[in-house]
Amino acid sequence: MLKIENLHARVDGKEILKGINLEVNPGEVHAIMGPNGSGKSTLAAVIAGKEEFEITRGKISFEGKDLDDTAPEERAHKGIFMSFQYPVEIPGVSVTNFMKTAINESRKARGMEEMPANQMLKLIREKSELLDIDRKFLSRSLNEGFSGGEKKRNEIFQLAMLEPKLAILDETDSGLDIDALRIVAHGVNKLRTKKNAVIVITHYQRLLEYIIPDFVHVLHNGKIVKSGGKELALELEEKGYDWLKQETVA
Amino acid sequence: MTGSNRKPWLNKAGTPQKKHNMDLKDKLVSSFLAFENSVDVNHPVHDIRSEAIRNFEIKGFPSKKEEAWKYTSLNSLQKIDFSIFAREENGLEYRDVKKYFLHEIDTYKIVFIDGIYSSYLSETTHDGVDICLMSAALTKPMYQPVLEVYFNQAASREESLTSLNTAFSREGAYIYIPKHKAPKKPVEIINFSTGNEASLLLQPRNLIVVEENAELQVIERHQSLTENEVLTNSVTEVFAGRNAIVDYYKVQNNTENASLIDNTYIAQKDKSTVKVHTFSFGGKLTRNNLNFYQKGEYIDSTLKGVTILGAKQHVDHHTLVHHLEPNCESHQDYKGIYGEQSTGVFNGRIIVDKNAQKTNAFQQNNNVLISDRATVNTKPQLEIFADDVRCSHGCTIGQLDEEALFYLQTRGIPKKEASALLMYAFANNVLESVGIPELKKRINKLIANKLGVRLGFDL
Repeated sequence: MLKIENLHARVDGKEILKGINLEVNPGEVHAIMGPNGSGKSTLAAVIAGKEEFEITRGKISFEGKDLDDTAPEERAHKGIFMSFQYPVEIPGVSVTNFMKTAINESRKARGMEEMPANQMLKLIREKSELLDIDRKFLSRSLNEGFSGGEKKRNEIFQLAMLEPKLAILDETDSGLDIDALRIVAHGVNKLRTKKNAVIVITHYQRLLEYIIPDFVHVLHNGKIVKSGGKELALELEEKGYDWLKQETVA
Repeated sequence: MTGSNRKPWLNKAGTPQKKHNMDLKDKLVSSFLAFENSVDVNHPVHDIRSEAIRNFEIKGFPSKKEEAWKYTSLNSLQKIDFSIFAREENGLEYRDVKKYFLHEIDTYKIVFIDGIYSSYLSETTHDGVDICLMSAALTKPMYQPVLEVYFNQAASREESLTSLNTAFSREGAYIYIPKHKAPKKPVEIINFSTGNEASLLLQPRNLIVVEENAELQVIERHQSLTENEVLTNSVTEVFAGRNAIVDYYKVQNNTENASLIDNTYIAQKDKSTVKVHTFSFGGKLTRNNLNFYQKGEYIDSTLKGVTILGAKQHVDHHTLVHHLEPNCESHQDYKGIYGEQSTGVFNGRIIVDKNAQKTNAFQQNNNVLISDRATVNTKPQLEIFADDVRCSHGCTIGQLDEEALFYLQTRGIPKKEASALLMYAFANNVLESVGIPELKKRINKLIANKLGVRLGFDL
C-alpha cells in the first residue's frame, strides 16, 4: 500500500529525514517511535504532502503510484488521512458543515455525486456514537474552544467519517487522559479492517497497549534504526531512548 | 486609467459647458449659484449651506500632504469631469434591481436614482415614525423644529468634504423615530446610479434621529448599475437619544468605477447603543470617515468592518471615537483581506477626554494579505487624557496560516476552498453581531462570491 524508499527530506534547508525505508501493507498497524526531534512528525507530514517539506532523495508511493507532486487534498482523495497533533480552529464553521465539505469534496474528486443529506446525517450519527461524541458538539465551531481531549476525539471522528485506506496518527495520545485514550483507541480499533492500515506515531508506549501494532520502528536522527514486533515497544519503555545515543556514538 | 469610459458628449444638457482644464473644485463652487436657484434660500438651513460652501472654497479637496489623507489620493478623481446635477427621473424596473434589496424580508425603502427620489421603488411611512425624504423635511414647515435641533449639529464644519456635502444638501433619507417607538421593519437606504451620465457626482445627505428608548435598524447601500464613473460624497448624521438602540449596516460592493466618500457622524446620549457594521467588498476608492461622539454616560459604541478587496481597489477606514463622559465603552473590530493589487488603510483614533474616567475602549484591526502586491497601512491613534481608563488596541498584518491550510487540505478540501474557509473564519467574529439574519446570510454569500468559492453549505 505505502512504500517509502530511501527518503531524504529537508525543512528550512535542514535535512531531517536521512534515508527512511518503510513498507506498509493493508491490514497492518505500524508504530513509529522515537525521541523528540527524531523526525517522526516530519515523516507524517511528508506522507500527507506538506509542501514546505522538500524531498531531496528517494520516493513515496501509494498503491503503486509515485506521490511526488501530489497535493495534500489529492492524497486525501486517494485515501491518506493524517490525525494532527495540533488541530486547527475554524470559528463559524460547524463540525457537521466541515465534514460535509470534506466528504463531498472527496466524492467530487472521485467523480461521485454529493452525499444525500439523510445519508450524511445517518453517517454522522453512527460515527459520533462510536466515539461517544455528544450531538451538541457537532454543531459547535470546528475545534474552537475544544479541550485537548475533544480535539483528538474530533480528529478520530473525522477519520471515521472519511474512512481512509491509510491513517497516520501523529501523537494522538499526547494530552489525553486514560479515559479519552481508551475511547480514541477503541474508535481506531473499530475502524480497522483487512483493507486499511494504520501508522501510529508516538513517543510513549501507552497508546500501543490499546492499539496493538504488528510492527514497531524506532526512528532516530532521521533514520529507522531498529524494527521489530510489538515487544520492541515494551523494551523501549523500559530502557528509554538513551541507549540510542550511546549506540550512535559507538 | 480612470475615465476611460467617459463620453463627454453625453453630459446633461443645460449644465455649463465644461472647459477641459476646469478643476473640480472651481466647478463645484461656481455651480453653487445654480444650485441656489433650485432651493429655498430663505430656509434657515440655507445659512448653513452658504457657510459650508465658503469653508469648502477655502480648503478645497484634501491632499496627500494632510496626515489624514496620506494614503488616499483624490487627485485622479478630481480630473474627472463629473456632472453635478443629474437629469431628472431615470426609471428602473424593480425586477432589474431586486437583487440589491434585502428582498427576503419586508423593509422600508428609501430609494434614489442618480440622486433623485424614486417613489416607485420606495416604501416610506409616517405611521408613528417618519421614514421619508430629506427634501420633504427641508421644505415642509412641520419638520422644521427637528431640523433646527439636529441638522448639521453632529457633522463637522471644518472638514472640507463634509462642508461640500452640506453646501449642496437637498436630498437623502430623513428618519425620525420618536420616544419609545421602533419601526416594524428595517429601513433600506439605496442610492442607485444608472450611468446615464458619463460621470456623476452624488451627494446624499441623511439625517437620522432616534429619540429616547426608540430603536432603528438601517441598511445603506450605494449601487452603480454600469461601469461609468460615479463619485458619491455622502454625509449621514445619526442622533441616538437616551437608551436608544441603533443598528446600522453599510454594504459597499460597488462596480469598478464607483467611488465613495462616506462621512458618518454619530452623536450618542446616555445609555444608548449604536452599532455600525461596514462591509467593503468593492468599488474603486472607498473612504469611510466614521465618527462617534459619546455625549453621555454608560454609552456603548460598536464599529465593526469586514473588507475583502481585489483588483486595484482601495478602501480607507478612518474611525474616530470621542469619549467625552465617564463610564462608556467602545468596541472596534476591523478585519481586512487584500488580494491582487488592492490597498487598504485603517486609522483608528480614540480620544478620551479628561472627564471620561472609567472608559473602556477596545480596538482591533487584523489584516491578511493574499497577494504579494497588496498593501495595508494600519495605525491606532490614541489620545488619552483621563487616568482611570482601559484602552487596548492591536493591529496585525499577515498571511494565511500555512499549517491551517495544510490541515484542511489533508481533509480533502482543495486549496482554494480551504483558503476561503480560513478567510471566512478570520472574518467571522465581525459577522456574529449582525442582528438581521437575512442580511447575515446575504453577507455570507457575498463573501463566498468574493472569495470565488462554492462550499457544501451556506457560509
